[in-house]
Amino acid sequence: MAVREAEPVGSLQEVKEAGLDREDLLAIYRNMLITRGIEERGHILYKQGKIPGSFYTGRGNEATAVGVGTAMGPNDVGTPLHRDMGVHISRGVEPWRILAQYMGREGGPTRGRDGNVHMAAPELGLHPMVSHLPAMLPVATGMALAFRIRGDKRVALGWFGEGSSSNGDAHESMNLAGVRRLPMVFVCDNNQWAYSTPTYLGFAVEHIADRAAAYGFDGVVVDGTDVLAVYREAKRAIEKARAGGGPTLVECLTLRMEGHAVHDDAFYVPKEMFEQWAEHDPLERYRTWLRSHAEMTDDEEEDITSAVKRLLNEALERAEASPLPEPARLEGSVFASPEDLDTPHHK
Amino acid sequence: MAERTYIQAISDALREEMRRDQRVFVLGEDIGVYGGAFKVTLGFQEEFGPWRVIDMPLSETAIVGGATGAALMGLRPVAEMQFADFISCAWDHLVTVAAKQFFRGGTPVPIVVRLPSGGGFSGGPFHSQNPESSFAHIPGLKIVCPSTPEDAKGLLASAIEDPNPVLYFEHKHLYRRIKSEVPNERYTIPFGQAREHRPGEDATVVTWGAMVHTASEAADELAGEGFEVQVLDLRTLIPWDKERVLEDVRRTSKVLVLHEDTRTGGFGAEIAATIAEEAFEDLDAPVMRLAAPDTPVPFSPPLEKAFIPQVEDVLAALRELVAY
Repeated sequence: MAVREAEPVGSLQEVKEAGLDREDLLAIYRNMLITRGIEERGHILYKQGKIPGSFYTGRGNEATAVGVGTAMGPNDVGTPLHRDMGVHISRGVEPWRILAQYMGREGGPTRGRDGNVHMAAPELGLHPMVSHLPAMLPVATGMALAFRIRGDKRVALGWFGEGSSSNGDAHESMNLAGVRRLPMVFVCDNNQWAYSTPTYLGFAVEHIADRAAAYGFDGVVVDGTDVLAVYREAKRAIEKARAGGGPTLVECLTLRMEGHAVHDDAFYVPKEMFEQWAEHDPLERYRTWLRSHAEMTDDEEEDITSAVKRLLNEALERAEASPLPEPARLEGSVFASPEDLDTPHHK
Repeated sequence: MAERTYIQAISDALREEMRRDQRVFVLGEDIGVYGGAFKVTLGFQEEFGPWRVIDMPLSETAIVGGATGAALMGLRPVAEMQFADFISCAWDHLVTVAAKQFFRGGTPVPIVVRLPSGGGFSGGPFHSQNPESSFAHIPGLKIVCPSTPEDAKGLLASAIEDPNPVLYFEHKHLYRRIKSEVPNERYTIPFGQAREHRPGEDATVVTWGAMVHTASEAADELAGEGFEVQVLDLRTLIPWDKERVLEDVRRTSKVLVLHEDTRTGGFGAEIAATIAEEAFEDLDAPVMRLAAPDTPVPFSPPLEKAFIPQVEDVLAALRELVAY
C-alpha cells in the first residue's frame, strides 16, 4: 500500500474547513516570523560570542513546526526537537525566555542547566528534548499511554527526524503505539540531511511514512513548506487519535536550509538543491498565499512585521538583563523533593 | 506481623501501593496473565485490570522511556525488567532522559524500575549481574538494594513515593530463600539509613543485598572463634549512609567492604575511598575489599562459586582482618 501524499492547501474555504479563521491565519504568519526572527537573532548573538556552546536553527522548517504546533489542542503535549522552534512559539513560549536559554541565563526555561533548544514549558505541554535522537519518542509514547490509562481526551506528539528514524527507539515507540492504539501522532521532520548523511544512506524505503503500515497505522507525507497543509494533516491526525483511532505518522518534507549547526557550512548539500528549495521558502510561500487568498493588506503585513520586530527587540533586552545562574546552587539541583511533584502538569 | 518470603514482601508492597494510589501502575514483559517471570505480579491483572498491569512488547526502551512519559503526565509507573541484566537495553532512558530530567527541565520523574538481580543459580552472564554500581555513578538516580523481607516491603513503598527515578534491585537468590516476620500494615523506610544486621565490635562489614546474609553467616562462624563482627546493611546506595558507616568504622577500627558486583569501579571503592579520606586516623587496619573478580558472571557451578563471594571467602577475609 502506497502511503498517502497530502494535497496542498489551495483555497480559503479549505482552510476554514480545517478550523482556521482569518485571525488564526494571520497569527500563524506572525508565529512563523517570530520563529525565523528568533533564530536570526540567536545567530547574531552567537557571532557576538554571547551564546556559549553551539547554535542550531530550523531554517526551512518553520511551516512544519508552526503548522503542527497550531493544530495541537490546549491540553495536548509533545516533545519538539531542535528544528521545531515554531512549536514553542505557537504554544506561547515567550521569546525572551528562549533567548535567555540560548545565553545560559537564569531566565531561560532550564535556568542555564541545559543549552540551545533543549527547553521545557511543561505548563504549555512541552517537554525538553535530549541530544540522543529520537529518545523523546518513547517518552511521548509513555505520555500517550498515560492518557489511554486514564481515559483522558488528550494527545501526545512525538517528533523525530528522518535521520533518527534509523534508531531503535523509533521502532519500539511506533510498535508500542500501534499495538495499544495510543492517542499519539508521530511527526517526522524529514529535512533530507542527518548532519551530512543523505536519505539514501539512512533508509531504503521511499518515504519514512511508508513504515507506518508496518506498525498497523496510517502514514501521510505532506509538503513541509506548506503551513496550511501541515496544519490540516496534523489536525486530522490529532483528532483521529483523540477519538480513539490510534496513531498516525505525519512526515513533513522540507530541506534543512543551513548546516547541522553554525560550524557546518553544509558543503555536502548540492547547490542546486538549496536553490530549488529556496524557491519554496515557507514564509514567502505563506505570505504570497495570504496576499492572494486571504487578502492580507500592506498595512496588515507591515503591522505584523513591525510588531514582531518590536517583540524581539524587547525580548533581547530582557534576556540580556537576565542574570547568569549561581554556581553555588548547582549541587542541590539534581534530586526532586516531594513538593516538586505539586505542579499542574503532574495532575 | 506475618511470616513472608522476600518475594512475597515485594508483591505485598506493590499490591498495597496499587490499592491505595490509583496513579500507580505496573508495566513489563509477561507480567499480566503470566504474573511475571518470577511471579511478583501474579493475580495483579485480575485485580487491577489490563490497563494498570500492562503486558509490554519485548521493548525495554519503550518500557523505561514510556514509564518516564507516563510519570511526567502524573502517573506513578513501576516498570519491571525481567532480569536486571536487560536494563542495559534501556540505559539511555534512565541515564539520558530520566536521571537528567529534573535537573534540566524542573519536572520530577517519579518512576521505579524493579530489577531482579544477582547470581547463585547458574543464570550465566546475562541473568546474574549486579549492575548497581554503574548506575550509582549517574547523578539523578536513586538506588535501593534490600536484603530482608521487611526492608523489601518498606523500601518499595518509599521508592514508589519518591519523586525521583529509583532503581530497586531485588536479589533473585533471596526471593524464596529468605523469610521473616513482616508488619501487616503499610510502612515506609527512609532512604540513606543503614541497618545493623548483626552487632559486633571487633570489625565492621559494610555490604548490601544478598551479601548481607553471606557476611552474617561468616560472622556467626567467627563468633565461635571469639570475634564479634558487625554486619552493616546499607539498604540504599544512593543515597548511602556515610555518617553511619564512618561512625561504626571509628568504633570497630577495622572494616571489610563486601559486594557481589565486580571489584574494579564497584561501589565498594567509593565506600573505601570515603573511609580512607575521613576515618583514616581511626583505622587499625587497611580498608579491606572483597568483591567478585573482574569477569562476566560465569555459568558452570564451580566457576560461579569462584565468582560470587562465598561464606568461606568472607570468613578468610575477616580472619585476616581481625588478626591484623
